[in-house]
Amino acid sequence: MKFAPFDYVCTRSLAEVYDLIEARGPDARILAGGQSLLTTLALRLSEPSVLLDIGGLQELRFIEERNGAIHVGALTRHCELETSPLIAARLPLIAQAMPHVAHAAIRNRGTIGGSLSLADPAAELPACMLALDAAIVLASRDGERRVRAEAFFKGLYHTDARPGELLVRVEITPLEKEWRFHFAEFSRRRGDYAMVGLAAAARGPGRLPEELRLAFLGCGDRPVRAREAERVASGSASAPRAERYSALRRALEKDLEPQSDPNASSETRMHLAAVLADRAIEALSG
Amino acid sequence: MNDSMAARPAPLVTVTMTVNGRSVTRSVEPRTHLIDFLRNELDLTGSHLGCEHGVCGACTVRVDGDIVRGCLVLAVQLEGARVETIEGISASGEITDLQEAFVRRNALQCGYCTPGMLMCAAEFLRTRPSADREAIRDFISGNYCRCTGYHAIVDAIAETVEARRSAKGRGGHR
Repeated sequence: MKFAPFDYVCTRSLAEVYDLIEARGPDARILAGGQSLLTTLALRLSEPSVLLDIGGLQELRFIEERNGAIHVGALTRHCELETSPLIAARLPLIAQAMPHVAHAAIRNRGTIGGSLSLADPAAELPACMLALDAAIVLASRDGERRVRAEAFFKGLYHTDARPGELLVRVEITPLEKEWRFHFAEFSRRRGDYAMVGLAAAARGPGRLPEELRLAFLGCGDRPVRAREAERVASGSASAPRAERYSALRRALEKDLEPQSDPNASSETRMHLAAVLADRAIEALSG
Repeated sequence: MNDSMAARPAPLVTVTMTVNGRSVTRSVEPRTHLIDFLRNELDLTGSHLGCEHGVCGACTVRVDGDIVRGCLVLAVQLEGARVETIEGISASGEITDLQEAFVRRNALQCGYCTPGMLMCAAEFLRTRPSADREAIRDFISGNYCRCTGYHAIVDAIAETVEARRSAKGRGGHR
């Protein structure tokens, strides 16, 4: 349906954004790519009094290497992550995940800052940030602070960002060469929100991963590292598939609290999570 | 919605953009999305509104060369932007072969999804041409068609990929 009326300001600088957030209060919303915000407005889930458009702040649109870390500006679009040679070379997990994010027409507008700020537990990028142990950089008039991904995502659409703070970039130190990556998800159609998804990373020169990270999406109120399953997996990588599935499933019962919705029941999600974990271990075992 | 909200006047914002090669300037309410702008301000009614919240793809148009959901872009965000609609890419001849393949293959019935589907298919042809049916289905998965069952649409796109490829092989201009 049509959006409820709102005022619009095309901002020219971060300083102006901070001023406006202060002046217009909690009814002001930041407009980046708009691919989630405008949907919630169309569904009349929220009716902000003013949209502060930061889309023109080119200083927030970059992918670059600084001191061994990859810095990604908040206004970097999904399509830019998808096609960036630097991302493909240094953060292949993100490159693998991007084709699963909605559809081309949405990836052409949607931004990483918008996706992470929204903190949808079914979204791909938050789970990737968790698996890669990204630092989320929040800026305000008082300066910047860095929050590790695991502390940043606090619940359903809920992050550690405080009033007056803006997500300006993420910083990711690529894991060493011996790490391998795997991203997969189950969705009803390509581009739909996943029922369950998994961003995985494994280290180890041999056939069996010595160290494993499993970050699930769609399995709770935020992206979740499945630490029990990570522990169990290292011991069961060489077990027969059926046995390994059972061990992973038992571990994931402790790690995850998937909800039921019209797309999938909680039990279905638990099963799919174990299938994804099992397949990831298979894929990541040299 | 309560009436006082709906009636609250929002200051108009003036925006200038290029639509199908023509510069246009209008003063609009900030809440006007691109499709209402095209249809109501410019009488370009080829772009359709289906779900109006970013799911169905009927509103697919191009902004600065890339396809977007027109219902998820505000007109006021497009100061200085270059917009192309189905009217523009039909007139330029860019997708004449694709349109002919749609007709030949019966890739439309009611036609409501067709402009968005063609914009999407044109992007596929431009960025990752492949006659692989899975790849085509993946790419158009965000454009809903409630008539055809998609099979004929995939046929038409695959046929166009092949035709352009063999034209290229013969030294054609594409």
